Amino acid sequence: MNHDMNITLKVWRQENTNASGRFEEHKVVANPDMSFLEMFDVLNEQLIETGKEPIAFDHDCREGICGMCSMVINGRPHGPKRGVTTCQLHMRSFKDGDTITVEPWRANAFPVIKDLSVNRGAFDRIISAGGFVSVNTGNAVDANAILIPKEVADEAFEAATCIGCGACVSACKNASAMLFVGAKVTQLAKLPQGQPERETRVVAMVNQMDAEGFGACTNTGACSAECPKQIPLSVIANLNKEYYRAKMNGK
Amino acid sequence: MNLFSFLFSSSLGRKLIMSLTGIFLITFLVVHCGINALIYMNDGGETFNLAAEFMGHTWYIRAMEIGLFVGLILHVVQGLYLASTNANRRPQNYAVNSASANSTWYSRSMGLLGTIILLFLVVHLRHFWVEARFLHSINDKNTMFTVMVAVFQNPMAVVIYVLGCLSLSYHLLHGFQSAFQTLGINHKSYTPIIQTVGTWFSIIIPFLFASMPVTIFLGLIK
Amino acid sequence: MKLDAKIPQGPVSEKWNSYKSSVPLVNPANKRNLEIIVVGTGLAGSSAASTLAELGYKVKAFCFQDSPRRAHSIAAQGGINAAKNYQNDGDSVHRLFYDTIKGGDFRAREGNVHRLAEVSVNIIDQCVAAGVPFAREYGGTLSNRSFGGTQVQRTFYAAGQTGQQLLLGAYSGLERQVGLGNVKMYSRHEMIELVIIDGKARGIIARNLVTGKLERHFGHAVLLCTGGYGNVFYLSTNAMGSNVTAAWKAHRQGAYFGNPCFTQIHPTCIPVSGHYQSKLTLMSESLRNDGRIWVPKKQGDDRHPNDIPEEERDYYLERRYPAFGNLVPRDIASRAAKERCDAGYGVGSSKMAVYLDFRYNMVNKYGRAEASKRGIENPSEDILVALGKEVVKEQYGNLFDMYKQITDEDPYEAPMRIYPAVHYTMGGLWVDYELQTTVPGLYALGEANFSDHGANRLGASALMQGLADGYFVIPYTIGNYLSKEIHTKPITTDHEAFVAAEKIANDRIQQLMNINGKRSAESYHRELGLIMWDKCGMARNEAGLKQAISEIRALREDFYKNVRVPGKVEEFNPELDKAGRVADFLELGELMCIDALDRNESCGGHFREEYQTEEGEAMRDDDKYAYVSAWEYKGSDWQLHKEELNYENIKVQQRSYK
Repeated sequence: MNHDMNITLKVWRQENTNASGRFEEHKVVANPDMSFLEMFDVLNEQLIETGKEPIAFDHDCREGICGMCSMVINGRPHGPKRGVTTCQLHMRSFKDGDTITVEPWRANAFPVIKDLSVNRGAFDRIISAGGFVSVNTGNAVDANAILIPKEVADEAFEAATCIGCGACVSACKNASAMLFVGAKVTQLAKLPQGQPERETRVVAMVNQMDAEGFGACTNTGACSAECPKQIPLSVIANLNKEYYRAKMNGK
Repeated sequence: MNLFSFLFSSSLGRKLIMSLTGIFLITFLVVHCGINALIYMNDGGETFNLAAEFMGHTWYIRAMEIGLFVGLILHVVQGLYLASTNANRRPQNYAVNSASANSTWYSRSMGLLGTIILLFLVVHLRHFWVEARFLHSINDKNTMFTVMVAVFQNPMAVVIYVLGCLSLSYHLLHGFQSAFQTLGINHKSYTPIIQTVGTWFSIIIPFLFASMPVTIFLGLIK
Repeated sequence: MKLDAKIPQGPVSEKWNSYKSSVPLVNPANKRNLEIIVVGTGLAGSSAASTLAELGYKVKAFCFQDSPRRAHSIAAQGGINAAKNYQNDGDSVHRLFYDTIKGGDFRAREGNVHRLAEVSVNIIDQCVAAGVPFAREYGGTLSNRSFGGTQVQRTFYAAGQTGQQLLLGAYSGLERQVGLGNVKMYSRHEMIELVIIDGKARGIIARNLVTGKLERHFGHAVLLCTGGYGNVFYLSTNAMGSNVTAAWKAHRQGAYFGNPCFTQIHPTCIPVSGHYQSKLTLMSESLRNDGRIWVPKKQGDDRHPNDIPEEERDYYLERRYPAFGNLVPRDIASRAAKERCDAGYGVGSSKMAVYLDFRYNMVNKYGRAEASKRGIENPSEDILVALGKEVVKEQYGNLFDMYKQITDEDPYEAPMRIYPAVHYTMGGLWVDYELQTTVPGLYALGEANFSDHGANRLGASALMQGLADGYFVIPYTIGNYLSKEIHTKPITTDHEAFVAAEKIANDRIQQLMNINGKRSAESYHRELGLIMWDKCGMARNEAGLKQAISEIRALREDFYKNVRVPGKVEEFNPELDKAGRVADFLELGELMCIDALDRNESCGGHFREEYQTEEGEAMRDDDKYAYVSAWEYKGSDWQLHKEELNYENIKVQQRSYK
């Protein structure tokens, strides 16, 4: 498997948030062992050498954990493989001669900054509204003072693996952020440390989520299916439950 | 008051209304289907008419009818509101969309399916409910059953009813289990049960409904 | 300037306590009038920013990523050390202290390291309280595993994503303070100049990476929590954006750079597969708990690893270091892998890899335990493998998946192929006991400073140090400085020093934009990386280092003639960001080689081929080199200052893991 692959890319170009965008076509020769982003590196190198503007895209760790890379590839966030971020997607998932369309995350709450880069500050503001445990440094009791059943810790961990990339929003037909919010709410609602703020947290986070312009959930399941960390849909059910519980208690 | 304002102000509140009214309407479907299925006694509509009479003239059933309409209207209004706002959450749509890779078409088309069902309902209510309630045209001679048989002599009506039931089926296929998910019920042992029940429900009930105009049109029920 | 590490007097175990109880404090009302700039939002930056904000200071935090949660601490896999002794296996603060000093090959300060070991226990408490879901035992207690260079189990972990969970915990604390208005967060901002007024750090010039505009920010103190500079090698396990720029600008403004040549090469990374490769991926050290490292006994053996019988395999770490086996420290494991590959025993298509094999433990450790748990008598090998696989999956599933994704090979079926790669930099800005650099009011925390790991960092200690600095050290030590600053009113950013600093920054940007040459910044970065890796990597020698210095100088000259930065200044322009960072790496690379050349000994990650024992082990020269090299920037070259290291509590000896 070391033959060259001729790929045609249709890439979204947009100068800045207020500009209107368009698609641009580029040819690039790739190698099956390259990651998708390395193919973009090669393309950008070509563009720079020929005096053209390289394509702006977000990326950082390139090992699937920082959540910075995005890209909707042929209509699917992070491309065709499940449970994988764009940076971990390799060209062997495509065929020689393929035409690949690459677009940015599209959501009102994620305005495009340039080309394929978007602003995901809305996620930070949601966390800032309540996605934490209010414990100042120095206030902690011994880490083994509160026992947490393994099963509970594992469930909290599963929810906590969310990388905040926004694939859920970009996949959802309503651009809903319920999977992201549900993951954080579930993590902290499961753990004993999250109990004191359990109700105020969920209400504050949902209010912020609504204020940011994310859509409402219609349970299509697209978010979870496209989530590179495979956060389960049950976190959304849990978010609903936590929210109603808080509301019934007058929060 | 404040306690319930979230039902109309937050996205999760609106969803809760969709879920609760949806489940309420689902229970209504069971009753409705059960009574209608009495035509399969094939006794010239005798039993069916008795039931219709009971449904039409018992005070607490009438009271529940008001509740039913409130539920229906809430479901429709909130649904349309959510569908219209949800449709505007992106500055522009994807040029390439592979939504089928991550979700079913009917789960993404609840607004459309719901609208078709609503249009169907207008026709359906005009056929029966308006006749009975407002035109008072139902009497000993012109029974509910005879009205039914008359309506379903028209092939257009049969087609409309079958399409309505088909929309209902897909609407339920997603809506049934979605209602429980919205309520916050997602459990590794119960959810598969809910999903299986939901699937069978979504097939059986609309099928029974759809079978009525068809069998009457074909003259199997007299 | 004479270097004063300001280590408190008294016995090592009392230093921190007595410092804490005597350090001047700032009263709450005054704290509200003091502003602190925190650059970088990894473990050190997030924990410092949130803790200082909790105390009442006004904090401004900066990160170049689109969210503070993306700092590269997020990618740490294996775990975090703490001297909790929950396993009752003989751990203690002193033992963690000892292991760290020894692991660092006796090139770290006793005072700092002891403090680190002391606060390590508080870190775990704090993280659990913040909702970090560490792995737990069935009884509900925290779980531990082993890491290299130790004989106890003191590493706390959350699957293979410990860094992620810790950072998200620290980040949530930071976001809480953002919500409360105590921290103002500046994402997609990069510090590109330090502002010094009357000899004290008073602010930064930051570039808004979205608009490209330069901004001036004042602070009574500036904290650099900007991580390491491993990306000078181009290929490393660092994130693409990880850079030295903030620290380098501080260095150019007077902050000394400590031990720049101390680089950690991590033994277990996925090997390079092609010239287009942009980064290397780590396979956590925790895998060495259960993986055995080997190469074939025969040179150039091309058989499939599963076809090579047991007696024809050379488990070279177990052979050379029976006491620690596969869990020797990273520098030793890396060099041993290099030695085998250089001698012609390497595997894979490039022959630059060794095997990391889980089958033995899958069968014998986990398979048998599971079989006995389930009451299966005389299980067949296939059953043992299947049972063992389940356990391995639970412990390392995400790492195995990642390996498969990258290499297209299934590590459950055949051993992983691994090779060392640049991972961490022990060197960094020189700081004293208070984490203050040689510029008053300028602090460096976490990987950005040089302090605690000597010449080699032990696994799972980076997370510990980042959080120790941010949560538990800086909140105290900064008081010593700020208590004297309570009369300093915020300085207007119209001050001439801000104007001058902004001009320097702006001129530099214009210079890069105006070159308009042919080559991308990336291509220079790649070339620099190759020079560094070949001549200042796992093994170094005098001739090579000298050659590297002249090559780097030539490359730098060429860069300023031929680099091409497309686009405009005042817009989102990642290529311009990159060019600025590469320009700094081109200067740092030279300093690293100069430092490596100065240190005529081998210690930890710094291996000079001229200085080795007959068995090929690193040979220190404690008489001549028991010092920290602190380099002062002098425009065209550097001046060396030495901080002598004194060991009062630990007997300095030849490190042995045999």
